[in-house]
Amino acid sequence: MSPDLLSFDHPLTRLVVGLLCVFAFVGLNGLVLVWVERKVAGHVQLRPGPLHVGPYGLLQPIVDAVKLVGKQLAMPAGADKYLYWAAPLLAFAPVTVCFLPLPFDPDLAPMRLNIGLVLILAFSGLGVLSLILAGWGSNNKWGLLGAARAVAQSVAYEVPLLLAVMSVAITAGSLDLYEITGKQGGWPWQWYGVQNPLAFFIFLVCAVAETNRAPFDLPEAESELTAGFHTEYSGMGFGLFFLAEYANMIVVSGVAAALFLGGWQGPFMSGILWFLVKVYAILLLMIWMRWTYPRVRFDQLLNLSWKWLTPLAIIDLALVVIIKGIGG
Amino acid sequence: MSVSELFEEARTGLKSLFVGLGITGKAFCQPQVTVIYPKEEVDNLSTFRGHVELVGKEDDPSVPRCVACGACVKACPSDCLTILCPVPAKEGQEDAPVVMGPAPQKGSKTPGAVIVDFSLCSLCGQCAKTCPVDSLRFSDNPYMVALDRKEFRIDLMARLKRQAEEE
Repeated sequence: MSPDLLSFDHPLTRLVVGLLCVFAFVGLNGLVLVWVERKVAGHVQLRPGPLHVGPYGLLQPIVDAVKLVGKQLAMPAGADKYLYWAAPLLAFAPVTVCFLPLPFDPDLAPMRLNIGLVLILAFSGLGVLSLILAGWGSNNKWGLLGAARAVAQSVAYEVPLLLAVMSVAITAGSLDLYEITGKQGGWPWQWYGVQNPLAFFIFLVCAVAETNRAPFDLPEAESELTAGFHTEYSGMGFGLFFLAEYANMIVVSGVAAALFLGGWQGPFMSGILWFLVKVYAILLLMIWMRWTYPRVRFDQLLNLSWKWLTPLAIIDLALVVIIKGIGG
Repeated sequence: MSVSELFEEARTGLKSLFVGLGITGKAFCQPQVTVIYPKEEVDNLSTFRGHVELVGKEDDPSVPRCVACGACVKACPSDCLTILCPVPAKEGQEDAPVVMGPAPQKGSKTPGAVIVDFSLCSLCGQCAKTCPVDSLRFSDNPYMVALDRKEFRIDLMARLKRQAEEE
């Protein structure tokens, strides 16, 4: 007999509870990351960052969120109504699915899938569709240019990203994030990121590019495209894109932690704490990079992917296959 | 570009990324220099560039060192300085009222009026740099507020006199 719908063993119940927890996690992390981003930016520029609203400016992101929610939702004349409003929802929805296969803890993986990695890659690929719809549906030339850039960038960086991920999947012999994490140990030299630093490096660069973070934030490049694909969005239309960007960052950091840094495993006290520490270390690195590097030019961006990262990733993958073949 | 050059460029480029991270990482750990203004104020304003002001003579601080040569007026790229000197009277008209004209004027070694229009000034410092007798320097008043741009036409001679009296 199939388990009762209200019991936690029922897959649907698990899915709903998991999704609710993911929504809460994403929302909370969005608030925290906005604050961290502004504080890091401040300290890098030798200024304090937000500081008047609440102690250390801690309430600033909440105030920002209230302001965003309170703004009128406007749509430009001549815009494609359905595409225009579908885009922000489409930006946010797939990201939440990407959280489901992430193993936070040996006992806390919302959904264990033997193809978890493929699921994440497939659904994160949907993100670019939302950028195209937003740019196209806005009836705005900056939005359209931003969308065109988003496609070229996303396609270019998906290739080395997949190759880097594949080398780890081949090493571990699995596509299940839970299993890949389990094959690594608690100490740094047992991590795939240390055993295969090239793949880790390629993954990090591609992750920054795929999440449209500076220095690869060309789809929204405010200096040349005002705001790129989200130029016309106000209030929570923009807010959802914004939240999706942070959610995307957490997903790629989570995948990086699981694939390359041993996930929940630590030298002592293995558990969710280690996972979160690793995820936040990568997030901090991404924020640190944003406030260090200038935005690249578009030909430089494409050159980096096609001329360097893709060949390097292929070489790395070949080496991994050869070593795996010799080792049996 | 040869292959070795390509790899050399990639190597230096990659290195520069880490150097950049090092610089911002160091800045992250340094104490902040921004002051939360109405609550705190800074006192070391010696390097602040306010509008230019005249430097007084050592024996008489109310008289500027300026020799009315007009070099600063010539050097100023935004035409914000005006120096007026008495125009020498023509022969037979010595009793006529004194007319002021732009510096330099023949025979006049002291300025009649030095006026800076701070609303035009770009604070480049060319005037102070070209002054042969070091009679111009930057003032250190960061709190200049006015409702009308005409109020930024500052009479530097009057200002120097006021400063000398206060001391």
